[in-house]
Amino acid sequence: MDNNEKLKQVFCQALGIEADQVTDSLTYNTIEEWDSTAHMILVAELEDTFDVMLDTDDIIDMSTVGKAKEILAKYEVQF
Amino acid sequence: MSELSYRHNLDTLFEAGFFSLNQSQKSTILLNCFRYLHVHHAARCEEYQRISALMSSDLKGYEDLPYLAVRLFKLHELKSIPNIDVFKTLTSSGTTGQIPARIFLDKETSARQSKVLVNIMQQFIGKQRLPMLIIDSPSSLKNAKFSARNAGIQGMAFFGREHAYALHEDMSLNLEVVNQFVEKHKDKPVLLFGFTFMVWLNFIQALKKQKVQLSFNEGKLVHSGGWKKLIQQQVSNDIFKETVYQVTQIEKVHNFYGMAEQVGSVFVECEKGYLHAPPFADLIIRDPYTLKPMLNGETGLIQVLSVIPTSYPGYSLLTEDVGTVLGEDDCKCGRLGRYFRVEGRLPKTEVRGCSDTAGVSHV
Repeated sequence: MDNNEKLKQVFCQALGIEADQVTDSLTYNTIEEWDSTAHMILVAELEDTFDVMLDTDDIIDMSTVGKAKEILAKYEVQF
Repeated sequence: MSELSYRHNLDTLFEAGFFSLNQSQKSTILLNCFRYLHVHHAARCEEYQRISALMSSDLKGYEDLPYLAVRLFKLHELKSIPNIDVFKTLTSSGTTGQIPARIFLDKETSARQSKVLVNIMQQFIGKQRLPMLIIDSPSSLKNAKFSARNAGIQGMAFFGREHAYALHEDMSLNLEVVNQFVEKHKDKPVLLFGFTFMVWLNFIQALKKQKVQLSFNEGKLVHSGGWKKLIQQQVSNDIFKETVYQVTQIEKVHNFYGMAEQVGSVFVECEKGYLHAPPFADLIIRDPYTLKPMLNGETGLIQVLSVIPTSYPGYSLLTEDVGTVLGEDDCKCGRLGRYFRVEGRLPKTEVRGCSDTAGVSHV
């Protein structure tokens, strides 16, 4: 599974949404499933899956799926 | 001032931190923001417009800014956005019989609150997210109502990882969870967060009673939510910190002063034990009888100012808390701007504060 697929799977699992909802423009707090509680679950699963440690700036900046890719790229996760 | 320059000023404040702007530089930037917010709310909130029309219109300094009494948020639905833009309604802590305040947030104000809180707290506890022990029960978050207590825990949870909850649903100590947490993170940096009175009663006193000694040598404790009950029990901040150290070995303890009506721009206690106005907020003290501004060193009512709220008219609020500004730009911790102490609450006001109301049903 490549990193794009892994990322998609993490979003689906953490937020409880369908794969086709996970697009780069999907935005925090625009769907009921991606609220601040789910955000913490999402962050924990991203850290586990990609073996990174995200800091507080990262999780505040992670407002879209696209942003999540940019932030993970800082930690050498390639998309 | 336009919305664009308001945003630009906010960016400056996000960059600033506690060490780069002295009081005079900071108040110039903040005053620009507050003048913008005044016009913004006067145009969008009829109640604010009517109240502020009675006050000074020449806004030369903080003391000229119109202000609302915090209790108005209990009596009226004050908002500066159409209903369709209400994203969350935050209710303040209030025990049965008390009317909770309702604070209306749109996405923008809500996001700004989180961003500001993170910016401020990072400067006291660092950017790294630490294993976190929350001195509350896990059910506090499941509560559907978006209370200030939930908001406080959710906001602070951003600073942690592998969150564990130290209390059972009935607020008794969950020693098993605490022991597991200690075992897993022994001698590593950890973060503890809770509401002041619950930390004292349900955690520290409970550990003492069960003769449990913890060793969080690298731990930090952040707490908030009111001192009223502790003052009644003659527990000062010094006694609080000393006891926390004895029971948990935690040396770094940061209290913060904040309220549901101005979530985000919190006033955090420094290493020297004083509360500091962050880049995004400030305070002035008013005489409780005449409401005239008072000088540094004089004790009176605290008026809090925050650049955050655009969805509700709460950028300038007269609280029911009594405090003293101790100085500006010269705290021994090195942070610039005003630092102060909260002495207590006006007598005959209602019991409020996450920590005090949470205890009411349990004590």
